[in-house]
Amino acid sequence: MEKILVGQLAELAPRMGKEIIVGEQKIAVFRLSDNRVKAIENVCPHKQGPLAEGTVSGEYVFCPLHDYKINLNDGQVQEPDEGCVRAYETIVEEDLVYVMV
Amino acid sequence: MKEKLVLIGNGMAGVRTIEEILDRDPDRYQITIIGEEKYPNYNRIMLSNVLQKKMTVSEIITNPLEWYEENQIELINHDPAVHMDTTNKKITTQSGKEISYDKCILATGSRAFILPVDGAQLPGVVGFRTIDDTENMLEASQKYQKAVVIGGGLLGLEAAKGLLDQGMDVTVVHLEKWLMETQLDEKAGKMLQADLEKQGLKFLMEKATQKILGDNRVTGLAFSDGTTIETDMVVMSIGIRSETTLARTTTIEVNRGIVVDDFMKTNVPDVFAVGECAEHNGNVYGLVAPLFEQGKVLADVLTGKEAKPYQGSTTFTSLKVSGCDLYSAGNIRETEGINSIEAFDGINYTYKKIFVRENQVVGVVLYGDTSEGNRYYNILKKNESIEEYTPVSLLHMVGEEASADVSEWPDDEVICGCNGIDKGTIMTAINEKDLTSVADVTKHTKAGGSCGKCKSVIGDVLAYALGGEVVSAPTGICGCTDLTRDQIVTQIYAKKLTSSDEVYRELNFTNPEGCPKCRPAINFYLNVAWPKEHEDEKESRYVNERLYANIQNDGTFSVIPRMRGGKTNPQQLLLIAKVAEKYDVPMVKVTGSQRIGLYGVKKEDLPKIWEELDMKAAGAYAKAVRSVKTCVGANFCRFGTQDSMGLGIKLEQRYEFIDTPHKFKMGVSACPRSCVESGVKDFGIIGVENGFQIYIGGNGGTEVKEAVLLTTVETEQEVIDICGAMLQYYRETGIYAERTAPWIERIGFEVVKEVLLNPEKRQELLAALDQAVEGRRGNPWDEVVEDNKTRQELYTVGRA
Repeated sequence: MEKILVGQLAELAPRMGKEIIVGEQKIAVFRLSDNRVKAIENVCPHKQGPLAEGTVSGEYVFCPLHDYKINLNDGQVQEPDEGCVRAYETIVEEDLVYVMV
Repeated sequence: MKEKLVLIGNGMAGVRTIEEILDRDPDRYQITIIGEEKYPNYNRIMLSNVLQKKMTVSEIITNPLEWYEENQIELINHDPAVHMDTTNKKITTQSGKEISYDKCILATGSRAFILPVDGAQLPGVVGFRTIDDTENMLEASQKYQKAVVIGGGLLGLEAAKGLLDQGMDVTVVHLEKWLMETQLDEKAGKMLQADLEKQGLKFLMEKATQKILGDNRVTGLAFSDGTTIETDMVVMSIGIRSETTLARTTTIEVNRGIVVDDFMKTNVPDVFAVGECAEHNGNVYGLVAPLFEQGKVLADVLTGKEAKPYQGSTTFTSLKVSGCDLYSAGNIRETEGINSIEAFDGINYTYKKIFVRENQVVGVVLYGDTSEGNRYYNILKKNESIEEYTPVSLLHMVGEEASADVSEWPDDEVICGCNGIDKGTIMTAINEKDLTSVADVTKHTKAGGSCGKCKSVIGDVLAYALGGEVVSAPTGICGCTDLTRDQIVTQIYAKKLTSSDEVYRELNFTNPEGCPKCRPAINFYLNVAWPKEHEDEKESRYVNERLYANIQNDGTFSVIPRMRGGKTNPQQLLLIAKVAEKYDVPMVKVTGSQRIGLYGVKKEDLPKIWEELDMKAAGAYAKAVRSVKTCVGANFCRFGTQDSMGLGIKLEQRYEFIDTPHKFKMGVSACPRSCVESGVKDFGIIGVENGFQIYIGGNGGTEVKEAVLLTTVETEQEVIDICGAMLQYYRETGIYAERTAPWIERIGFEVVKEVLLNPEKRQELLAALDQAVEGRRGNPWDEVVEDNKTRQELYTVGRA
């Protein structure tokens, strides 16, 4: 596991995602309305939609392509759709945001 | 060894049963079919079409010889079964073939009933049952002049019409007072007779045939009242009798037909019967639907499936004679306890009669217009109570026709085309998950979740699945609230709610941060209500409107620069070409609204491309005023009456970058040829010699609606002002994501017209619009290019 620096919390817009590419992995990082930070794989299991561009509501993101609803905590796709994406641990230390990859 | 299944009778009922068996278990039996006729299985119902020369014999063959081969069915054709030994389970055919069976289906059908009168055996007296009969009749029609059809029932009339079409002089002789007396009441029967007389048929009613005259060939008929008629040919069409000759040589119980139980079993083990030769509960059916119902039951029995007992059929009839549309089903006699409702339209010459017992429809007769036949049949079949219906209704509004009945649709009928969801899937979800609303169905199956056009059909399926229980239509704008658009907007004003968070909190949305449906809607309503106080919320906008570019299926974006009125110039084209080359743009395409689009652009490249293009956004990504399509107009076109391009450019310039509930498309044509398709624009102009016709509410797309003429004005300024007033009126009253056609329908065209054509109201709306959008109509691309923070936040990708 590697601790990857995403940037300052202030650089992340609330309820909007940001894509981070680490090696081969595409990761979507989200700052929720309560300033917690979540990270999941940035590829929707349905048609590979970029989840970072989706609408964020509470702890969920809706894929911009076909509205798959995905839990930002565990990457689980919500009913009636199926599937899941990888979820990453995030750390916020003194205004700096990290993702564990 | 497979069990041997022998079908006696190569007709519709038997072969359909075999098809049903093959569907269920194709490898179970070694199948032999024995048939009397020399043809493979054909659709006997269509013989009248062959006689009327509307179809050929080969067109009515339903199972060609290849079908028998493919399914490894042995066909013994043109060789009827003449003996059956039920003890040793053996059948002998006319040519002496012996076939043994494990299971045997009798489907020997029926024959035309020939009146037992003198002369009935004379040449020239025929029945109308088979392809051979039909060909004989066609041949005779070439040689002879006069024909008499005995029997004014369904088949008799079809035969008579066929012979008439072949140029014969045809008289129908009927014993009863009116035609088709078992299917029609007197009124409909007489209407039918009048129509057929107009077509050239002659009728002799209430005549009993006593004798057929002639020595070597038929020459005429004598009736019981002493009168006679000359003829060269007689078609006997007074009814059919079950063909039971073979069964009668055995111990199989035969009454009018071969007696079967609810599972199509005869009294002899392993012998079954279906179709016109079978008698169930005292009924012998001569129509096709019951035969098929029986076939299904028998197929279940023979493949070891749990079979639902056959409980008889409700039958319906229609006549295949053009110009005489009739439909009849169920019990059509007014006996004790059965009353009727009837309606006769002497203008369109149509007649309907519904027979009702204890609030349930038990029979129906339609004449002249049979489009509702299926609907009544379903009401009848389902034993629906008619309390919910208006029994008599005259002159109700046009356009209230009942929608197609989903209960009749097969399970694999696709309901939601966008997501490929069929009726069966929806039915299963409704039943397994106890769904009760359209929104639930969408949530669990995705049906209705895309374009939404199928929602009303989903509602119908739901109503059908829940047994007609009324489904309360979801009133809320999405799953997060039960509140409607109007309730929310009213509260936004009343409580002076100026942010989405406040709306969600104060109006108790179940989901405190909403969903992709309500978030952009609330943001839009707030923008309209409080243009100064409310700060547009980027995080509530869909990605296209947040990034000012349309997201593509692979996560890249499109860039469509503005070309007002569709007019461009060499400098713009050079810039576009340069950018496309430099950024390796995979696709350059002219769009549907006369613009040039660059497709497949990476998000990070967007601001750079915009900067280099130095053009404005066309707004093709937004629910907003879109680009205006124009024709070349009076400047070049020999038909052009007005400067359509000039007006289009002015309209675009005046109203570009204004948000609307849904996209707002405009078109300006310079003459009624309407090359820009003004008739399907939200705001469409057609230039005419004396000014401009303004059409509103036209929509292409999901639900195509033709625009309606609002008014004709003389000046461009009036066009521009009316456009602005309409935009603001639509902004103030529209439901988010509602196109102008449904909006106008909801508000009422007359209301919209009154508002827009009232000069005072028009000015008020225009002023409100200008105030609302003041300072908000800059080119968003420039704003991004100039704003480093936004560029950093939204248009970069982190790399590690």
